[in-house]
Amino acid sequence: MWSFVLKRLLHMIPLLLGVSLLTFLLMSLAPGDYFTALSQNPQISPTTIAHLKAQYHLDKPWYVQYFYWFNSVLHGDFGYSMAYKIPATSLIFQRLWNTFLLSFFALIIAWGIAIPLGVWAAVKKDTWVDRSCSLFAFVGLSVPDVLLSLLALWFAATVHFRYFWFPVGGAQSALYDFMPPVQQFWDRAHHLILPAIVLAASDLAGIMRRMRSCLLDTLRAEYVTAARARGLGEGWVVYKHALRNAINPLLTIFGYSLAALLSGAFIVENIMAWPGLGRLTMEAFFAKDSYLVVDCVVMATALLVIGNFIADLLLAWSDPRIRLNK
Amino acid sequence: MNETAPNRNRDIEQPLSPWQLFWRRLKSRRIAMAGGVILIFLYLVALLAGFVAPYSYDRLDTNFSFHPPIWPRLQGAHLVVPRYEQGGAVFSYHLIENDSKPLHFFVHGDKYKLFGLIPASIHLFGTGDKNYPVFLFGADQFGRDVFSRLLYGSQISLSIGIVGILLSFTFGMIIGGISGYFIGATDTVIMRLCELIMSIPALYLIISLRAAFPADMSSAKVYAMIIIILSFIGWASMARVIRGMTLSLREQQFILAARALGQSHMKIIVRHILPNTFSYVIVAATLSVPYYILGEVVLSFLGVGIQEPSASWGNMLTSAQNTEYLKNYPWLLAPGAAIFVTVLAFNFLGDGLRDAADTKS
Repeated sequence: MWSFVLKRLLHMIPLLLGVSLLTFLLMSLAPGDYFTALSQNPQISPTTIAHLKAQYHLDKPWYVQYFYWFNSVLHGDFGYSMAYKIPATSLIFQRLWNTFLLSFFALIIAWGIAIPLGVWAAVKKDTWVDRSCSLFAFVGLSVPDVLLSLLALWFAATVHFRYFWFPVGGAQSALYDFMPPVQQFWDRAHHLILPAIVLAASDLAGIMRRMRSCLLDTLRAEYVTAARARGLGEGWVVYKHALRNAINPLLTIFGYSLAALLSGAFIVENIMAWPGLGRLTMEAFFAKDSYLVVDCVVMATALLVIGNFIADLLLAWSDPRIRLNK
Repeated sequence: MNETAPNRNRDIEQPLSPWQLFWRRLKSRRIAMAGGVILIFLYLVALLAGFVAPYSYDRLDTNFSFHPPIWPRLQGAHLVVPRYEQGGAVFSYHLIENDSKPLHFFVHGDKYKLFGLIPASIHLFGTGDKNYPVFLFGADQFGRDVFSRLLYGSQISLSIGIVGILLSFTFGMIIGGISGYFIGATDTVIMRLCELIMSIPALYLIISLRAAFPADMSSAKVYAMIIIILSFIGWASMARVIRGMTLSLREQQFILAARALGQSHMKIIVRHILPNTFSYVIVAATLSVPYYILGEVVLSFLGVGIQEPSASWGNMLTSAQNTEYLKNYPWLLAPGAAIFVTVLAFNFLGDGLRDAADTKS
């Protein structure tokens, strides 16, 4: 088990190196940099710009830049955001935390609804429950994140009751800094709900369909027939014996669903103004803050790779066969 | 038993080819066929967009900013188009009673090029009068007809899906075939590259790829760029699956025979191995087209894809991001509905194709 963990962790290092190298290369292909716009400003002298460029190593070839960047990342420093004028490290981790929060709650909502619905559809196979669930899944799989986010925005903008309303965009209110801690917590939760639901909804349908087919497969197994033949109650057979085995293959799609979730979060963040990593990437992209874009892409990849790693650990923990093979 | 067998076999037809069997199984799935019919309709309309659309995509008239949808109605035996008047608050329109113009078919209007080649000016329907516009899906902030822009946008959005799939799947199949056929170092290098591409969350990779291109380009270049970007990401997953299939196919006898006959490696891959993966590829392609369409939509939506005044489903939705617009003029979401219908139809068809290709069930 420990050698498996170690192997997977070591595997992550060349992957992240490759990702950062690829992104760096792409960013260096980009015409112009952050200072191209600054050089249009007559108040800033060319010598100042040359000086600034040298300070950020932007006057050197891309592989030298990469070396400088990599060296500072090894020291836990993600560089300096030229557009935001603050160290990138704090910026990145603050946004990463927001994206993590959004994805985490979306994950809980999606799996919390999809698993029971999938089980329900499988148990009531070929009834109206099953049919409406599969129709819902088809619609859910086809609604693009963009449309769903816009509909949520429309919902937040139009539906406005006394105690029932959703804030339109952002992660906190304008007066957040002046609130007592308890109110701060509720304020953040209030802002989180709608984006998390939107993100969860786009993920939900696929998991539900998978849960349904997994449980149906398991219910066809011979030990289920044997259990029924011995007179066990249907509930006992389904929930105690079949469900436990049917959940197993679902853990493998946990990794896939994570990738979809991060891409979905990118869209939701940009449309609903949630200050996460995806929004930061777009802001850095438009400002031509190339180091920040690289930081964001590497961070998003790390988030995905770690998520997949956790999914693998869960699978190994739940399925002894995998543990023995590795 | 010997006596009954010939009787039973008498009315057995000619054995069907695998494609005929496939087609028969597909035909029995009504939902898949419905998806196919919807798609044929959408692509036909996109092909004839200039003719079906009552206006040009860039025809603007600020007198009609945010005009609500106008639907022709039946008056006697004629279809007539009612007129609205601006009044009261800004961009609020009122119906004028008893003021209408008959709707004509095959009327002269804005010039366009049919199939991008033949200059024409005849439109399927219209009133022929500038003061009596037909805005089936309303108008946007510049008073441009959303319906017409939707049709012109479908030319870009729908074709990107097909062209992107063709490019990336051809690429993915050949690379996957090479990887699985030659194994060893080639395989390792290609597969590590695939893993690298697949481990970056798709949209982050799309944006960093976008950064490698200049910000302002002509529409045609942007179109090509989007296809290149989406194909660069798409080939990896295809190559991985094809590689797996090739690994098992290369051990089969007919490959050994082809090799014994002295055929070149490339010929064996392209002529003998890859055709065996077609049934999988066709299903996967159908189910992947929506991702390419959505890729274009997201890029254009974020303002780094197709630029105004050219219409695409993505950049049309950009104006719907403004909550004020969204609240008061919800018809700006029409492209979203179009995307939904297209993706749904592709999913219906893809699911049917998968079931029809699955001979085990």
